[in-house]
Amino acid sequence: MINASTGSQYAGILGIGSYRPRRVVPNAEILEQIDSSDEWIQTRSGIKERRWASDDETVLMMSVNAAKDALQESGIDPAEIGAVVVATVTHLYQTPAIATRVAVEVGAPTAAAFDISAACAGFCYGVAMANDLVRGGSAKYVLAIGVERLSDITDRTDRGTAFIFADGAGAAIVGPTDEPGIGPVVWGSDGTQHQVISQTESWPEAVADSKWPHLAMDGNPVFRWASFAMAKAAQQALDVAGVKAEQLDLFVPHQANMRITDAMRRTLKLPEHVKVARDIERQGNTSAASIPLAITAMREAGEAKSGDLALIIGFGAGLVYAALVIRLP
Amino acid sequence: MASTEEIRSNLAEIVNEIAGIPVEDVQLDKSFTDDLDVDSLSMVEVVVAAEEKFDVKIPDDEVKNLKTVGDAVAFIERAQNG
Repeated sequence: MINASTGSQYAGILGIGSYRPRRVVPNAEILEQIDSSDEWIQTRSGIKERRWASDDETVLMMSVNAAKDALQESGIDPAEIGAVVVATVTHLYQTPAIATRVAVEVGAPTAAAFDISAACAGFCYGVAMANDLVRGGSAKYVLAIGVERLSDITDRTDRGTAFIFADGAGAAIVGPTDEPGIGPVVWGSDGTQHQVISQTESWPEAVADSKWPHLAMDGNPVFRWASFAMAKAAQQALDVAGVKAEQLDLFVPHQANMRITDAMRRTLKLPEHVKVARDIERQGNTSAASIPLAITAMREAGEAKSGDLALIIGFGAGLVYAALVIRLP
Repeated sequence: MASTEEIRSNLAEIVNEIAGIPVEDVQLDKSFTDDLDVDSLSMVEVVVAAEEKFDVKIPDDEVKNLKTVGDAVAFIERAQNG
């Protein structure tokens, strides 16, 4: 007979933090390298400016800053963190996981630590796993981070993507709660569509050709999938959480493109009072970091407050997705 | 089976809802991009709404061939009859 692990009956998010790189990059700067216009970029994406990390704003540095914010809000002792999960596609070392170094820097030097590759769904994958780790008894508290330096893999001369991708970090502390604070996750993937958003070539191919790989995207199929299939996944997340659209306070989809957000909102037929995240206007598409960045921006703007019910959904390369309802700390 | 005019009229309502174009402007000879200012992303939305409304499949590869309202109406007629 083996003892089974036992965790908390319920889990929730106890703190959220974020880090925005210092340098603001307006559309005018992007236009120095592509044949386009400010109006075209804004009508196709809603993006007015984004932030790109400077040399010292590494994946580690941004992660640690976001994590410290989240830790402070949670009020927990960092030594009690049992696992650190970092979602990123731009920690450009195959090994070791950046999560191991984040754990040291935040004061949880012996915590279990690993990275996950779930593209723009990374934060939602991390929170869903954190929920299960806490409820399953594998960790008392989990630090889940979404962080990207997409500017490192952006083709600055590609008029289809140069204006979209950006940098930043967001973090959440997940731990035991008296009431359910995280709904069941609705998630999945479709690897048959792996080619619509992907790295242009493998690292060995790139090295052999003395080229630098980039993130490439075929916009229209992605738009179609994200705007409609993802609206259905978001609706399912509401249904399995037993939350009606009228009870929602916030809708925070991955900040991929304002047009996707608008189309999802139309398809979901959300009531007028539900505030919709539009952080992409100032932040660009920061992949795994975009949802926590948007939540903290909404809190700073007074649009979101403690106790709010938020529907969050991440979706991206590999056509991975994850949607869940959370209560804000 | 829906008539050409019924399809045009239903499509006009979809274009109106998504892109805000007046229903009466959505005529068979009009180009989506040049005359109606429907950009490629709005076109994807129109196509998905049309798929639901008319119960047809309009693949991504086909969308670029639908230059005018008449092209779209003809495609939907063929798809419904096929």
